[in-house]
Amino acid sequence: MSDQQNVPPQAPSAPQAPAAPKAPWEEKPVTPVPQDARDHALVREIVAVLPDVVLEAVEFAGQITATVPCARIGEVCRTCKERLGYSFLVDLTAVDWQERPQGRFDVVYWVHRFSDSKRLRLKVNVAEGVEVPSVTGVWKVANWMEREVFDMFGIYFSDHPNLERILTWEGFNGHPLRKDFPIEGIDTGAAVYPEVYPPGGGPVAGGEGE
Amino acid sequence: MANPWVAFLLVPLVKIVVILGVVILLAAYLSFFERKILAYMQIRIGPNRVGPRGWLQPIADALKLFVKEDILPSRAEKLVYMLGPVLVTAPALVVFSVIPFGTGFTLFGAQVTPYLTDVNIGILFILGVSSVGVYGIILGGWASNNKFSLMGGLRSAAQLVSYEVPMGFSVVAVLLMANSLSLVKIVEAQKSAGVWFVFPGLVAFFIYFVCGVAETNRNPFDLPEAESELVAGFHTEYSGMKFAFYFLAEYANMIVISSIATVLFLGGWLPPFPSWLAGVWASPVFTWIPPVIWNAGWFVVKVFAFLFVYIWFRGTFPRYRFDQLMALGWKVFIPVSLVNLVAVALGVLLIGGPR
Amino acid sequence: MGNLEAMKPFPDSEEMEISFGPQHPATHGVLRVMVKLDGERIVDAKPVIGYLHRGTEKIFERETYNGAIPHTDRMDYTAAATNNQGLVGAVEKMMGITVPPRAAYIRMILAELQRIASHTIWLGTHALDIGAQSPFFYTFEEREKILDLYEEYCGARLTLNAMRVGGQPYDLPEGWSGRCRTFIDQFPARIAEWERLLTTNRIWKLRTVGVGVISAENAVEWGLTGPPLRGSGVKWDIRKVFPYDHYDDIDFEIPIGGNGDTYDRYLVRMEEMRQSVRIVQQCLARLPEGPVMAKVPKVIKPPKGELYFSVEGPKGELGYYVVSEGGANPYRLHVRPACFINLQALPEMVRGQLVADLIAVIGTLDIVLGEIDR
Repeated sequence: MSDQQNVPPQAPSAPQAPAAPKAPWEEKPVTPVPQDARDHALVREIVAVLPDVVLEAVEFAGQITATVPCARIGEVCRTCKERLGYSFLVDLTAVDWQERPQGRFDVVYWVHRFSDSKRLRLKVNVAEGVEVPSVTGVWKVANWMEREVFDMFGIYFSDHPNLERILTWEGFNGHPLRKDFPIEGIDTGAAVYPEVYPPGGGPVAGGEGE
Repeated sequence: MANPWVAFLLVPLVKIVVILGVVILLAAYLSFFERKILAYMQIRIGPNRVGPRGWLQPIADALKLFVKEDILPSRAEKLVYMLGPVLVTAPALVVFSVIPFGTGFTLFGAQVTPYLTDVNIGILFILGVSSVGVYGIILGGWASNNKFSLMGGLRSAAQLVSYEVPMGFSVVAVLLMANSLSLVKIVEAQKSAGVWFVFPGLVAFFIYFVCGVAETNRNPFDLPEAESELVAGFHTEYSGMKFAFYFLAEYANMIVISSIATVLFLGGWLPPFPSWLAGVWASPVFTWIPPVIWNAGWFVVKVFAFLFVYIWFRGTFPRYRFDQLMALGWKVFIPVSLVNLVAVALGVLLIGGPR
Repeated sequence: MGNLEAMKPFPDSEEMEISFGPQHPATHGVLRVMVKLDGERIVDAKPVIGYLHRGTEKIFERETYNGAIPHTDRMDYTAAATNNQGLVGAVEKMMGITVPPRAAYIRMILAELQRIASHTIWLGTHALDIGAQSPFFYTFEEREKILDLYEEYCGARLTLNAMRVGGQPYDLPEGWSGRCRTFIDQFPARIAEWERLLTTNRIWKLRTVGVGVISAENAVEWGLTGPPLRGSGVKWDIRKVFPYDHYDDIDFEIPIGGNGDTYDRYLVRMEEMRQSVRIVQQCLARLPEGPVMAKVPKVIKPPKGELYFSVEGPKGELGYYVVSEGGANPYRLHVRPACFINLQALPEMVRGQLVADLIAVIGTLDIVLGEIDR
């Protein structure tokens, strides 16, 4: 047991108004505001290597998001891994902005650097039907993540070794996490057995009185 | 006995019925004891609902298995599939015909032996017959047309064949000491030698018992039916009474192995240290007990000590992997049992043995 | 696609294909692994998942932020507290809410108890898979005690729903911390008991040492987190790297292994339980007085923006990616499921090994299908 044990806990360091002695948890919370982060050190590192890839950079609550062109994401990721030391792909997912003019989807990558524990979020805007270069060649872990994005959003990844549905089954109709997919689900039937349950039909719902 | 019909038909028939009944009942209750003992090892209570303190649980299990639907997989090899449980159960029960539970006694004026028969190649008979049981497992696993069963059957074949060899060698060590193949004679040899063969044949005893655990597919050698790997191994597809036969055979085999170990190494029906403590055993504290009960009692106590160790193993050990099991059998037990055999042979030659 | 023939993963093989699961005693739920076998040796393995897919991320989009918390319970249902902790942490960070220290300490206590509970399930089932039956009952006895503590705190034993955005819904009941301390003080003796059964057991070591080896570089490449990563020797724990709640005030160690095999991952988790005991002891000693709920709006409406927040779950890094449009419902709430990503390395870890090792590796990855399939 350490000798720290009896020390009363420090009040967490939070922005405290100078006049009010109230504890931070009794104050109205101060919400973070997005800021332009083109001058942030992490973004500058990328720009120093690949000058023209960062289209936009935003800092929100201390997290940096850099938007890069869709066609160059593979190159950016490889550079991040091999030259900037981001050896770990934390996660990869997508967001559906159905009505957005500059491409319907955001595909979002988080990369992590072990040397100084810095994280960077890369983002590409993808129009529907556009293929995103796969990063499975850069990080093996991207394989299932990209399959999940494909399954849930219907975004195709070029050069993916095995782009199949992963959480839903082969023959499932639709991509559940798209905003236009009904939240109550669709009647899929069991499309694994088309000879038993023809596509579009599915097992007859055993409703009352039918 | 005057009437040959009585001597050759009635008496053996009664003995068969008694032995079969006792063995089957014992096998059923062994499962109950196993569940109870395991439960207490695992801070549980175990079966306690059927009958007083759960004592009727095996009966309920048997009844349940009787009325269960007997499923025959549509793509199974039907004849072999049905032959499997028979092939595995019959040898396990046949072996009991030569196991001596005690010395002869007089009943209604006739001399009766508490075993079915004493053949002069008893131990050879046991080894031969019990080896047939493996066919039941292999054929059952193969005929089920299930990949898990097939793998279980194959594992079983390899395992039983490999462990039969060191087991045989350790038995030969005893034969050298006893100078007989008859089980009754082996026990009597221990009586005349004044010492159980477990002491001069400690290594052989150890090898025999471990191989016995492997032969009965029990922990830590339960690979053919490893639940977490092969679902239920060779009996995955079996249900109802067919499953019950496999189940019965496994427990009967445990009793067989324990009985043989008792006969070969622990002096069968003899009390501990028959010559050192002869005075104690002859004291009036014990002599009022009828000899048949006395002998059978010691036999059962020893068998149950073995069975308890079986159950104890199950509560303690993780499972070996297939290659490790094979390595243990071929690289450790076979050489050790061979060396032991030579050592015992030399010992018998030098000391003179019970010849 | 769509017919059974097309689902055959290895259409032109001569080896035996065997489908482990989805109904198999050792696949921890509904995992299905299509294994290609050459005798007993695994040529290739292909996990097939999705049998438990419930569309949790879709459901999140129609829930309010506090309403999403019960759904997180049902992802990794053996570790509900850490799941809660991740979601509320993300929303709090997004809104700039500071949690009262008492609430933060209660959260840490709940989360560390949850880590112990999750690891006890792992140990029991892992040992059961390898053939040792008894540890299962010993570990579940201890887990029951933790669940009793949870039940007393929030009424639920498994799906806790024990945290809210801004703090804790309830203060600790009278005498709870004393009972928690009683449990936590006797627990190290239990760990020692389990270790006596397994750590130096010859068969246990035969079955785990050198099985499912993954090197540190490969572990990073496959995105492993949690004990599988630490077992390979990478000293990395979210509680240390990006401390949340008050983990930076607590003194604890991150155990790491060296060989990246099943045995090392076993040792890492055993040590993690001891470290969790230390954390809970310190939290109980330092537990401050005060409110358990910060001043938060009636309706939780984080500002427009996106944020990723992760906690160290028992299985690995559990991350929540919140995209808000300023409304009361998340526009998108993505979960980084540690089990899902850890499971992906399974084929790599079992290739060339035996069938029995597949079971050991599935056990050592400590997967929960609720989180994999969401």
